[in-house]
Amino acid sequence: MANVDVTINGREVSVEEGSTILEAAQKAGFHIPTLCHLKGLSPTGACRVCVVEVDGARNLVPSCAFPVRDGMVVRTHTPRVLEARTTIVQLLLANHPPECLTCVRNGDCELQSLAESLNIREIPYHGERRRAPVDLSSPSIERDPEKCILCGRCVRVCEEIQGVSAITFVNRGFKAEVAPAFGRELDLTSCTNCGQCIIHCPTGALRERSNVQKVWDFLHDPKMHVVVQTAPAVRVAIGEMFGMPVGTISTGQLASALSILGFDRVFDTNFAADLTIVEEATELVERVKSGGTLPMITSCSPGWVKYVEHYYPDLLDHVSTCRSPHEMLGAMVKSYYADAYGIYPGNIAVVSVMPCTAKKFEAERPELETSGFPTVDAVLTVRELGRMIKLAGLDFANLPPREFDTPLGISSGAADIFGATGGVMEAALRTAAFYITGSELSDIDFRDVRGLRGIKDATVKIGDLEVKVAVASGLSNAKVLMDQIAAGKSPYTFIEIMGCPSGCINGGGMPQGTDQETIRARMRALYMIDQNKVYRRSHQNPAIRALYENFLGEPGGHRSHEYLHTTYMPRERS
Amino acid sequence: MPRPRPPFPANSGLWGMPTNINNVETLANVPAIIGRGSDWYSSIGTARSKGTKVFALSGKIRNTGLVEVPMGVTVRDVIFEIGGGCPNDKEFKAVQLGGPSGGCIPTELLDTLIDYEELQKTGAIMGSGGMVVMDEDTCMVDVARYFMGFVQDESCGKCIPCREGTKRMLEILDRITMNEQENGPEDQLRRFEGAMLLEKLAKVVRDTSLCGLGQTAPNPVLSTLKYFRHEYDAHIFDRKCPAGVCKGLLHYRIDTELCTGCGLCASKCPQNAILGEKRHPYYIIEERCISCDTCRQVCNFGAVIAE
Repeated sequence: MANVDVTINGREVSVEEGSTILEAAQKAGFHIPTLCHLKGLSPTGACRVCVVEVDGARNLVPSCAFPVRDGMVVRTHTPRVLEARTTIVQLLLANHPPECLTCVRNGDCELQSLAESLNIREIPYHGERRRAPVDLSSPSIERDPEKCILCGRCVRVCEEIQGVSAITFVNRGFKAEVAPAFGRELDLTSCTNCGQCIIHCPTGALRERSNVQKVWDFLHDPKMHVVVQTAPAVRVAIGEMFGMPVGTISTGQLASALSILGFDRVFDTNFAADLTIVEEATELVERVKSGGTLPMITSCSPGWVKYVEHYYPDLLDHVSTCRSPHEMLGAMVKSYYADAYGIYPGNIAVVSVMPCTAKKFEAERPELETSGFPTVDAVLTVRELGRMIKLAGLDFANLPPREFDTPLGISSGAADIFGATGGVMEAALRTAAFYITGSELSDIDFRDVRGLRGIKDATVKIGDLEVKVAVASGLSNAKVLMDQIAAGKSPYTFIEIMGCPSGCINGGGMPQGTDQETIRARMRALYMIDQNKVYRRSHQNPAIRALYENFLGEPGGHRSHEYLHTTYMPRERS
Repeated sequence: MPRPRPPFPANSGLWGMPTNINNVETLANVPAIIGRGSDWYSSIGTARSKGTKVFALSGKIRNTGLVEVPMGVTVRDVIFEIGGGCPNDKEFKAVQLGGPSGGCIPTELLDTLIDYEELQKTGAIMGSGGMVVMDEDTCMVDVARYFMGFVQDESCGKCIPCREGTKRMLEILDRITMNEQENGPEDQLRRFEGAMLLEKLAKVVRDTSLCGLGQTAPNPVLSTLKYFRHEYDAHIFDRKCPAGVCKGLLHYRIDTELCTGCGLCASKCPQNAILGEKRHPYYIIEERCISCDTCRQVCNFGAVIAE
């Protein structure tokens, strides 16, 4: 690619042809503020915050979308530009609720940061403000149109990356709003609750439905025995909320914090990830042997499950009947654990800490009850747990490390990698190989299914068998594989699908400000935990063996199906 | 929603394909040029604006309708020679060129040539050829407000300067032209603040809007501010509309010489704002008056004055 020379604020810089002014300025060492811009998505040029002066152009141009030309002369911070930027942000603030002090993004809001960086000290425009009710219909996601600045990031993410398009621009001009079609509320759309919109929203317009108060109530209720569990991806991300570098493994501090907060038992969802693998590998081998529906597809991502219920209801038989790990653990808590410790399940509250917003919806699915009780009583995102820990005044980074409680706290390395795309596949292969050949693989690092590409596939040799597998993350990538299945052309035996691009490490419940760097760091941390564990195969987890011996019997057996499997329901596409 | 340019439609437009977008008038010129040659076409018009232009003459003018003229004639030619000037002996005040995206030019600039660059220098645009003639009974601030209302209706809402900026400009113009009950010094301050910000806001909207709608929306405001600032000042500071158009700023009073004390206006007044005794001159209480104009219309003696 040819290079072009441009001058930014008097400084010369050479960039690839086709680069935007924004990229060139960055290379030249100048930071241009942006708001609607999202790396990886088509530039939209909506907010006009990034405007700059270009010699020869009559008006100011948006640097995020304007391509450079050889010899272009750009000025990014002239009085004319600064006045324009300031006015634009003032206009935004004039149509924004003055509720910063009680907003969920107080201190963590891009609009706040922008106003501060532009040194805005007054809002001289007064008049009508957008009024709309908050949409509280979904158990996962809240929509607050009054706080929306119409940057369109959520619309683009939902449409271009997830291929769902549950929300879009409606109405026109000053009345424009981001909302589902036909004035519906979210619960009546095919929103999958993945929460990608939340982690891309610069303000508090999109946020999770908070269960923090519910959990505090459990913790303060002397009658309740409160059990908490944490997903694999949580331990490599929660530290970011306390200033620790991205990718810090803070498992010990996490368990410690949860114990100090008052949870009666601190279990690990990883234990149930191992359980899921044992059940799912058994299910896969059974389908292969007896000519069951193939390819089989993983079912631990509730965003993905709701997607297939809406968009491919005819292919539901392909989805594994296994529950997701946190639901499996909740089921074991309210049966096996309750029995063993003599606690009435009605007095047990199971709380899951997840990098996920779809799990909030999942926990309310009626078919996921255990002996008549909700299996999981409340789901907290990583963000919500971070707020609770801060509220409790804990110095997270310096907490003395603690282990998870037994018996539902021991896990293998195969469980940790669940958090990254390809992790479930790799974990399943490690166990399936043993089930099929009867002997352990010497090399259990399936590098072909690792990495952040949207769709990955590999041919794996298990004994004499050549097994074709595929991994997809992000729903528009899932669509590719599903269309293949629908056309009868899928060459795969087993497919892992995660609703969020890159998997749980980029889940809708993760801390705000997640970017590619962060995702990569979290991923590396998970694989590092796996490398350093004694047990790296799910079926070798001694606590899992004990569970089957003492309670479940056979993998895939009657008891397993009662507690650890589920059914799905076709939903309308809307 | 509109996309940022570049890439321009000629390179990447509908469905990402090279696309040609033109007004019908432009395309209608093409057969003639092909048929009679570019030399013939270039012989009509000015150095940089060739051929003819169609104008839609409307407003306070004797002859309304569509007229095609060669580029290079003056605005005066079109309005007075072809249009016949303003009817009813009213004096010409301004002409709005180019519709809601255009600007108003006053009497002093009537000899501007019909030419793209020449018109642009005045702050107006050729546009699609809209030519709305205004006379002494037109309020220029009201004109600016009217066109800003139009832009607000048409704005797509994607970019902040147009969606939010023109909304605030419209609100400022509303405050200037209407007589909302002012509840104290804060409202007055708001009016002055708005008036001071109007020009700056207009410039930012023009400088930063994504598409031509927002970029040209401030033109009516900026051009009327340039040539008719005295009218703005009268509205803002004197709270009067010199053209007598802005109802909220009209002050109704009864001429005591002409009033016969018949009491008809008082009986018709919906606000009970008129007091008096039969056969004595009546009096309008300004604070209660809502400028509905009923009293002036029912008075058989022309005693009610609105100014």
